[in-house]
Amino acid sequence: MSDHLAAPYTFEYTYRRSMGPVIGRFLEGLRYEILEGVKTADGRVLCPPQEYDETGAPTTGEFVQLRPTGVLKSWTWVAEPRENHPRKTPFAFALVQIDGTDSCITHILDAKSPKELETGMRVRVRWAKEKRGTIQDIECFEPSSPILLGPVHLDFSVMPGVHQTAYLRGFEQGKILGGKCKATGKVYVPPRGASPVDGQPMDEYVEVADRGVLTTFTVVRIPFEGQKLTPPYCFGAIVLDGSDLPFYHLISGVAYDEIRMGMRVKAKWKPREEWETSVENILYFEPTGEPDAPFESYSEHL
Amino acid sequence: MRDIAIVSFAQLPSERRADPRDEAEMLEPIINEALGKVGLTQDDVGFTCSGSSDYLIGRPFSFVAAVDGLKAWPPIRESHVEMDGAFALYEAWVRLLHGDIDVALVMSFGKGSLGSIPDVLNLQNDPYYVQPLGLDSISSAALQARALIDAGKATEKDFADIAVRSRRDAMQNPFAQVKGEFDAKKILKEEPYLASPLRKSFCPPLTDGAACVVLATAEKARAICSRPAFIRGIDHRVEANSLGLRDLTVSTSARLAGERAGVGKAKVDVAELHAPFAHQEIILKEALGLDSSVRINPSGGALAANSIMTAGLTRFGEAASRIMDGSAKRAVAHCTSGACLQQNLVAVLEAE
Amino acid sequence: MSERCAVIGIGQTEHRESRKDVSLPGLLREALFRALEDAGRTLADMDAIVIGTAPDMFEGVMMPELFMADALGAVGKPIFRVHTAGSVGGSTAVVASHLIQHGVHEQVLTLAFEKQSEANAMWALSPAIPFQPQLVAGAGGYFAPLIRSYMARHDAHPDAGPMVAVKDREHGLLNPNAHLHLTQTLDEVKAAPMLWDPIRYSETCPSSDGAVAMVLANDKHAKGCKNPAWVLGTSVRTERTFMAGRDQVNPGAGQLCAKDVYDQAGIDPRKDVDCAEIYVPFSWFEPMWLENLGFCDPGEGWKWSMEGKTRIGGQLPLNMSGGVLCTNPIGASGMIRFAEAARQVRGTAAAHQVDGAKIAVGHAYGGGSQFFAMWAVGSKRP
Repeated sequence: MSDHLAAPYTFEYTYRRSMGPVIGRFLEGLRYEILEGVKTADGRVLCPPQEYDETGAPTTGEFVQLRPTGVLKSWTWVAEPRENHPRKTPFAFALVQIDGTDSCITHILDAKSPKELETGMRVRVRWAKEKRGTIQDIECFEPSSPILLGPVHLDFSVMPGVHQTAYLRGFEQGKILGGKCKATGKVYVPPRGASPVDGQPMDEYVEVADRGVLTTFTVVRIPFEGQKLTPPYCFGAIVLDGSDLPFYHLISGVAYDEIRMGMRVKAKWKPREEWETSVENILYFEPTGEPDAPFESYSEHL
Repeated sequence: MRDIAIVSFAQLPSERRADPRDEAEMLEPIINEALGKVGLTQDDVGFTCSGSSDYLIGRPFSFVAAVDGLKAWPPIRESHVEMDGAFALYEAWVRLLHGDIDVALVMSFGKGSLGSIPDVLNLQNDPYYVQPLGLDSISSAALQARALIDAGKATEKDFADIAVRSRRDAMQNPFAQVKGEFDAKKILKEEPYLASPLRKSFCPPLTDGAACVVLATAEKARAICSRPAFIRGIDHRVEANSLGLRDLTVSTSARLAGERAGVGKAKVDVAELHAPFAHQEIILKEALGLDSSVRINPSGGALAANSIMTAGLTRFGEAASRIMDGSAKRAVAHCTSGACLQQNLVAVLEAE
Repeated sequence: MSERCAVIGIGQTEHRESRKDVSLPGLLREALFRALEDAGRTLADMDAIVIGTAPDMFEGVMMPELFMADALGAVGKPIFRVHTAGSVGGSTAVVASHLIQHGVHEQVLTLAFEKQSEANAMWALSPAIPFQPQLVAGAGGYFAPLIRSYMARHDAHPDAGPMVAVKDREHGLLNPNAHLHLTQTLDEVKAAPMLWDPIRYSETCPSSDGAVAMVLANDKHAKGCKNPAWVLGTSVRTERTFMAGRDQVNPGAGQLCAKDVYDQAGIDPRKDVDCAEIYVPFSWFEPMWLENLGFCDPGEGWKWSMEGKTRIGGQLPLNMSGGVLCTNPIGASGMIRFAEAARQVRGTAAAHQVDGAKIAVGHAYGGGSQFFAMWAVGSKRP
């Protein structure tokens, strides 16, 4: 027991305030989401409006309609709201200069974290759903992003074409097919619609080996939106035995710093029961352990 | 200015997702066909230009596929427009004016049926004010058709008559997609609106297609083609994008392009107008000053086959073919782009 | 060719990673009004507009020139849209110059842009598509193996690429229009992480928002201008991405394109060219293009880069503006090269001016090193 006497006491009362012509008009406007300022004798605009300016000179009574946006001039992050605060969750108190005015309005600002806040940033009014003609008809201010989200959603079918279909069907059988150029006899993997050297179809298909020479490669270490593979991964240009230009696939089964140009590689296939109509039936290419191909033997493929 | 002529045209049959070929595979046969018809090979081509749009199949650089249908070694002079192939023809015409080469190859392709064209075309709209509303191409055309009716310039019956005529004419065109005898009264009575006042028959079909045109300078043209279609005038104009800023019942840009191309200088025998929606033919005829003596769209036009990015080039090929086959002496070829005829390209083709 | 063509006005936007302060039309208008002001012209003076940009997927608007027709002052006029991948800025300028040279128009506004911040270029370049393995991971993924091939073929010193990065960033400091203003030592460049071996972060172009515009005019209109840059030669060349035996390090299309331009201009690239703006999105492409464009013999490029021959004040200054390594609004990057070449011969490049430059070359490339566009410009009317 303390020697000092104490008992709880609550001061609580609801006042009935008259507002006069300026404050009254301003708060009534808020009900209709109309934000106004008042002009001073020297031509400035104050929001919230008063009957007088800071020097005591009367304002003109001329109202100016404002946009519900402004600039954050000062702020403090309230990490632990007090009982009388308007919100139970963290928020900021803020001074906001409404666009077109020369003063600041004191209000609260909603944000997820203080990291989003920066003096000078653009903010906008969030209107309360139910309005009562009070300053809380402005529920709060919120950061106003200059970004308009433009979602685009279009559905397409993809048809891989005659040659690529033949190529993909090959993978169903564990085969890699190339197309033979009639003019040069060169074998293209995958087969193409027309030969680059004579423009004629390359519809004679030949099977090529699932092993060859790694001519050049890169290790991708950069992540990006929509990426299917997780970096880092290595992909390289492989001239398969029996073909005449590089085809690209993943290189794995070896440390990245041991991958080199000229290395002989072979396909590492998925287990047969997992095969689909896909190049991805080959998981990756891995070293065969054979001696490297000499540079001259593949330099024309670089 | 040097004289340039269309000397050959080849196209794939227009169809809807029936063809398993990819873009390169679609182009390769018609390139070789168009050149072969006038005894040329790809080695004779001095400049190649294609027209297409990435958004048709939702992939960036889809035009690179067109290059895959070409002989491109030794390396070739080549360019691409993100526009209808008719605009590629315009670029090729400009290139031939240079005088250092004498043959140009123009092509376009599109597999529009792999996506939903009306929705894809919403992406041409203003991304701030209109695109979020999802204004598809049929609905925007319908706003125009309504304006035309309300202005007393046309009736639904007129639209139906145009659709019936187009599809009847298409019966003579082995490459057309929608063809046959239709009854205007029946269409008006039985066909529901797709977007009022547009019924299905007043709208273009979803088409896959590819087309290829060969251009040559005058001397070369005369040497390889018995009746080249000389380009006597060609011009294109655009108007404002916002539908709310335009009088949708007229086409100022088509009128300007037509004047610059010299459409009105002499009698026109045939016009191939790129009017994807029936009512647009009415607007275009007025803009180009074409009277009832002009044979409009003997091929069936875009109402019979509308491969996006190709349909305009096809109009040029069809109009030129009427000159080359001797059935016309003076023809108008037209291509449009953008919502409600926003951009228009007009050419006057003549026999010598 | 019936007319001469000259560049009489150039305008560029401010370039940043994100130009949040402007709309798409606002970005273009910033460049085009600067170009018109430079030329002493108004929009009403322009006969036609020729515009280029890389894939429409970058901004999510299909054929964006249509919705911007009014913003570009094109209403009632021709507007023409070019798209040839990375070379687009260059090929757009080539198309515009032909309209003048062949008497189709007298004054043409040409512009190119990219607002990369509206989306993500890596996503837009390498979408996940059925039936296709998504290996490449953006442009760097495609070009890294080619750079490795170059280094191996010519036994290049590994510092050559990093030294190009140092040089271009130094040049960029002289150019107020550059996006990156970076001071970087060789050690700092080499210490940066690898994104796509052997391409380091520090040897990669940035992702920029920006636009560039040029006013092109025929003789009649260029005559009264005080410092027109005359077009001496233009060319485009294309080859296929995949061809047996294709030399991807030193592509035939690039060689032919360059030769065509030099022949038209009647110049020897080793004697007559005072400087060049070439498309170097990754540092090693400087030595590769030096060789490809015939400025030096194969195998010599990396030495030139290391010996400082390509600095301002060197034997052949390259990318005085800081190049693509400092500023890269993809669709505009090619036209910026063309415009910067014109700036040099007009003598208006200010701090990055090459003293007395009379003939300059602009170069752009795209796709899998397969689309090329170039021009040569000179201070004297040919």
